[in-house]
Amino acid sequence: MIREVEVMVIGGGPAGLCAAQAAASAGAHVLLCERDGVPGGQLVKQTHKFFGSERQYAGDRGIFIGQRLVQEVRENPNIELLTDATVLGMYEDGVVTVLKDDRHLKFRPKKTIVSTGAAEKFLSFPNNDLPGIYGAGAVQTLMNVGGVKPADRVVMVGAGNIGLIVSYQMLQAGVDVVSVVEAAPNIGGFLVHAAKLRRAGVPIRTGWTVKEAYGEGKLEGVILCQLDEKWQQIPGTELDVPCDTLCLAVGLTPLAELCWQAGCHMEFIRELSGHVPVTDENLMTSVEGIYAAGDVSGIEEASSAMVEGRLAGYAVAVSLGYDTENSQKEVDAARKELSELRSGPMGGKIRAGLAKVAEKRGEAVC
Amino acid sequence: MRIEQHPILQFDRGEKVTFTFNGQPVEGYTSETIAAALHAAGIRELGHSQQLHRPRGLFCAIGNCSSCFMTVDGEPNVRVCVTKLRDGMVVEEQEGKGVVHS
Ligand SMILES: Cc1cc2nc3c(=O)[nH]c(=O)nc-3n(C[C@H](O)[C@H](O)[C@H](O)COP(=O)(O)OP(=O)(O)OC[C@H]3O[C@@H](n4cnc5c(N)ncnc54)[C@H](O)[C@@H]3O)c2cc1C
Ligand code: FES
Repeated sequence: MIREVEVMVIGGGPAGLCAAQAAASAGAHVLLCERDGVPGGQLVKQTHKFFGSERQYAGDRGIFIGQRLVQEVRENPNIELLTDATVLGMYEDGVVTVLKDDRHLKFRPKKTIVSTGAAEKFLSFPNNDLPGIYGAGAVQTLMNVGGVKPADRVVMVGAGNIGLIVSYQMLQAGVDVVSVVEAAPNIGGFLVHAAKLRRAGVPIRTGWTVKEAYGEGKLEGVILCQLDEKWQQIPGTELDVPCDTLCLAVGLTPLAELCWQAGCHMEFIRELSGHVPVTDENLMTSVEGIYAAGDVSGIEEASSAMVEGRLAGYAVAVSLGYDTENSQKEVDAARKELSELRSGPMGGKIRAGLAKVAEKRGEAVC
Repeated sequence: MRIEQHPILQFDRGEKVTFTFNGQPVEGYTSETIAAALHAAGIRELGHSQQLHRPRGLFCAIGNCSSCFMTVDGEPNVRVCVTKLRDGMVVEEQEGKGVVHS
């Protein structure tokens, strides 16, 4: 049996939660599918205070922002929330299939918003498959969701915001953070986060990388080495660092498989960290009725993911004829908010990426 | 090891349960995933790669990467990083692709 639904939102991270809430508050009926048992996406493990603007709750801890969004969604009678529900496929005839409690469910939504977020990138070096080499998100999940000490001695790779924040969170969990290594000559993340680590005595080595890992059955240590200005390893600089965990915080890449499956026009855009669906100013992909919001359409941050979700949700409401005048106002307001969020120097990369998306769409960039 | 004291978080671990890992009894809590309970017990090696038999552990812990496949209660290819623990679960290293029983 195929169940007809009005709006389907795939993924219950900040983008999906806001998208569902927006479309539903305009009057649409929304089915929100989240593959995890608990909605919230990346927010469920963010114990630090967020950066961003006030409207997106900056200054509050990520987990609390997530809990608030989930609460709003649960209280909205127009939203049906399915957890432990993984969307498996999006077919040409508009059918979307979902795995829930070992059952294969079929839906036919009028509109779909894909907000599946991102996956962590990997790094290549000898023995990079040893148990104990974990993504930064995995370490965060183990310690902040599972309450399990993720490591005794850890080396962190990457001094962007994620690497710095997760290193600090590990200190809070009682882990010995031996070193942070960063291939680039400079620290990529905010200096407030770096300063917290430095005060705790954690060295941040810029211009360094992992040459190789070693261990029998599991990680026992890594060999670090220095890089020259052409990013080549400098012989003789090797440093043997015993550790039981190596944490990789080398970036995220959009989790856009469903968009590929649905036949959306996809492009590789370096500034957005991978292949992304080409979307229009309403965040609709090249396939009529399929929208993309949040990290899936370009790696950015939670604040913009929330606003993109709201934009897509209200755009869907407009297209379905719900409270059109007000919904359109909300769409316009969200667009304005996004351009404000992206206006600073930190927004340079994302602006360049979005300009390329606009180009691919065959429109003039203004 | 589990985190007993945290400056920001409190953990509601649920009930204490016992399961087996390759026949050996291991304790964990119902709020945990199988992978988290194994990790807390110091077990990081969850399986071996199919061709070169290299040791495998978890990588993403959110069900994205398939690095943590194990056989649970006879069912192969279970992502233990997103599967919650239950009392008496039989968790085993998986041989090859695993056999799906119908
Ligand atoms: C360590 C760290 C620190 C960060 N700090 C900040 C910060 O301080 N400020 C800030 O603004 N941002 C921060 N971010 C970034 C922010 O968390 C992300 O940009 C944001 O969560 C992206 O939101 P999203 O909704 O697009 O994706 P996600 O939060 O990744 O949510 C996607 C959801 O989709 C679900 N899903 C995926 N596939 C499927 C499927 N097939 N079926 C059903 N459900 C599916 C996932 O389970 C997940 O719940 C940080 C990120 C990390 C990792
Ligand atoms: S560790 Fe990636 S799927 Fe389990």
